[in-house]
Amino acid sequence: MTPSYDNTYTMKERNVLIIGGGPAGMEAAHQLKQLGFNPIIVERNDKLGGHLAQWDRLFPTSETAEGLLERLKENIKDVEVRLNSRITNIEKNAETFHVTLSNNKNFDVDAVVICTGFDLFNAEKKQEYGYGIYDRVITNAELEEYFKTHNDKRIDEPQRIGFVHCVGSRDIKVNNTYCSKVCCATALKQACEIKDEFPDADVYCFYMDLRMFGKGYEDLYLKAQKDFDIKCVRGRVCEVSENIEGKLVIKAEDTLLGTPMKMTLDLLVLMCGMEKSKGADEIQKMLNIESNKDGFIENLGAFVGMNKTKEKGVFVAGACTSPKTLPDTIAEARSTAMEVYHYLCNN
Amino acid sequence: MIVEGKQKIWADYQKDIPDDHYYYVRSCIRQSFFPASEVTFLDITRNKLGKDFYENPYHTTCGGIAYHSDSIPQETAMTIIARQFALMHESGYENYVCSCITSFGCYTETLETWHEFPELEAKIRQYLWDSCKKEFAKPKYLAHSSDIIYKFRNEIAAKAKYKLVNAKTGKPLKVVEHIGCHYAKMFPSKGFGGAEYPHVLVGMIEAWGGEVVDYPERRHCCGFGFRQYFVQANRGYSMSNTYKKFESMEPYEPDLIITNCPGCPYFLDRWQYVIAEQTGKTYGKNGYGIPALTYEEVAGLVLGYNPWDLGLQMHQVAIEPLLDKMGIEYDPKAKYKGVNNKDLGTPENPVNIKLM
Amino acid sequence: MIDFGFSISKSSHIQMDDVDLKTFKKLEALNPDINTCMSCGLCTATCSAGNFTDVSFRKIILMLQRGKDKEALQKVKRCMMCGKCMMICSRGINTRNILLSITRLYNEEEK
Repeated sequence: MTPSYDNTYTMKERNVLIIGGGPAGMEAAHQLKQLGFNPIIVERNDKLGGHLAQWDRLFPTSETAEGLLERLKENIKDVEVRLNSRITNIEKNAETFHVTLSNNKNFDVDAVVICTGFDLFNAEKKQEYGYGIYDRVITNAELEEYFKTHNDKRIDEPQRIGFVHCVGSRDIKVNNTYCSKVCCATALKQACEIKDEFPDADVYCFYMDLRMFGKGYEDLYLKAQKDFDIKCVRGRVCEVSENIEGKLVIKAEDTLLGTPMKMTLDLLVLMCGMEKSKGADEIQKMLNIESNKDGFIENLGAFVGMNKTKEKGVFVAGACTSPKTLPDTIAEARSTAMEVYHYLCNN
Repeated sequence: MIVEGKQKIWADYQKDIPDDHYYYVRSCIRQSFFPASEVTFLDITRNKLGKDFYENPYHTTCGGIAYHSDSIPQETAMTIIARQFALMHESGYENYVCSCITSFGCYTETLETWHEFPELEAKIRQYLWDSCKKEFAKPKYLAHSSDIIYKFRNEIAAKAKYKLVNAKTGKPLKVVEHIGCHYAKMFPSKGFGGAEYPHVLVGMIEAWGGEVVDYPERRHCCGFGFRQYFVQANRGYSMSNTYKKFESMEPYEPDLIITNCPGCPYFLDRWQYVIAEQTGKTYGKNGYGIPALTYEEVAGLVLGYNPWDLGLQMHQVAIEPLLDKMGIEYDPKAKYKGVNNKDLGTPENPVNIKLM
Repeated sequence: MIDFGFSISKSSHIQMDDVDLKTFKKLEALNPDINTCMSCGLCTATCSAGNFTDVSFRKIILMLQRGKDKEALQKVKRCMMCGKCMMICSRGINTRNILLSITRLYNEEEK
């Protein structure tokens, strides 16, 4: 049956709870508002943007994260946003959900969109890399912070810099066998950026495969090789230590040559992958939604059901179901808004 | 180096060690390599710390060397271990403490394998019954003897006569710690501090006043590797691993190496002689090597045991520079005197590394 | 010195700290496309000489980047300059010019 959507209700009276105010949540809210619903974003932090708000520039175009964030924010300036708020309870009634927040405010919604996103992998778990032990081992997020503030004592005219891809991804030892999708492109973007700042430095990327799948990503790879002289070494770093001068000594295999190699570095950047945000656990418990084998939220199928969960009226968007790039996330948020629209019009 | 980062890991990798009543099993090679280490361990724990340690005279090798050099299958090794457990059970103990790292690895591996494959445990139970008419009970706790010294390191420090400190300058001695591979590399959760930053020897060094040296090849194997050493043609490979470690630790000018494995101190000690005689290079000052001691020997020195009673004359590398630094009094003439002043003979003098 | 019947083996590790890349930098300056190689192996698969000898263009580049100059030059000698690798390279690398530059630069170095 083709829905006519010649409805008698007022869409404005239909509330949609958006859990998480990152790119997915903001874009889903924007689209739902456009469709005439009343989205309510609940965000546990004191500002919108999620990880995007921590980032400096975006691959592959190098446009600023701030620019995108401002555009996403601009789109939702009429949307109800509750910052510094945690959801303490969600109770499903016949067709609605009763939502209680940490400040005891409560309200009813007709649908829920989970946009809880991801946490960066905790690099301390890969003990062999010595993050938190060796001073000059930093994460991709910390380097991004440096690009924003230029304030990090550990980055002091480095002459040789290494990037380790797949930290916490494709690694059964940390129980993450999946690819985090964004790290290859991020590594090459950051490698070019740091080379730009320290043109005399040698910059090495230690990768296993360079997964440059998106629009413009392969161009970024070529640019990194050709214009920035980024040296890509196929092989994972197995061990980091510190020498008497406090510099890092790393070991890896150059697998294309079949030879182990060692080098001294002034800075090592760990490309931490994605894990499901821990904040999603409580939400999943409230809504009776399970995790998949990778620990992310289980959605309904890989092709057309990706916006839905097994619970009626509960939808998902963004990296809460699997690692995603920003274009993927935004596209998915839009398609989720469309699914919510169909659901509410048929109810 | 951010010490707090290591401390965090150390706090994560702790394990329960019971306070008393242990069943002790020896190593098959340590008694000839470091003849006083196990005796000293028992003397410290029994007489200085007042602990109950029981030894059953019928216990044997764990079979680890044969297992690791591929001369016996795992099931045979497991049956030997089952017999050791049976002896513990017969003696009325349940806290099993072994002196050897290879054994510790074999026991851990066996217990974990039985846990994952109970049918294999049942099979071994049958093998043990068929061969020895014995039944075993698995230990409640399994520990390496370095875990015990680690546990009581502060008690030992409280009774210490000497510290790992240069008596003249008052500065802490620089100490390299070397952990046997099979202590935690196979099962990181079974070792104090885990596998990447083990705390078991670091804890002793710090408690006894020394300063730990963390050098780039710290995690590298000593090179013993069973087959690598046993086959003469492979010995160069075994020695090259030790060489790599010494080259890496050299800039730190360590005063002492402390180890918890049978093979490591032996090879870290003896290869210094071979390296010196082959290349002319020594790693200590003034033509000396760097002493590589067992943790029991170091505990013994700290507690004021006579260095010659600790068997330190059995090391290739001269111990005297370390004794002088620590301010330990000793009789140089008694170095090669055994029990009742028996003359042990004096070793030949190497060309490139000093013996006394 | 005593002969024990065994001796210290040389480490197979490439110690990048000790690698002198001066000549390679000159080569890079002359041939900026050299760094765009992604080791797909087309050059080696199609190589006329590679069927009979161990010449491999991608490995030559890699070896020069890792300071294994001697081994690389040994391989270069096997090249027959037929041009198939240049024809097929999916990154469009001017392999011919690079091989000629290597011969010139690294031989100068030897003199």
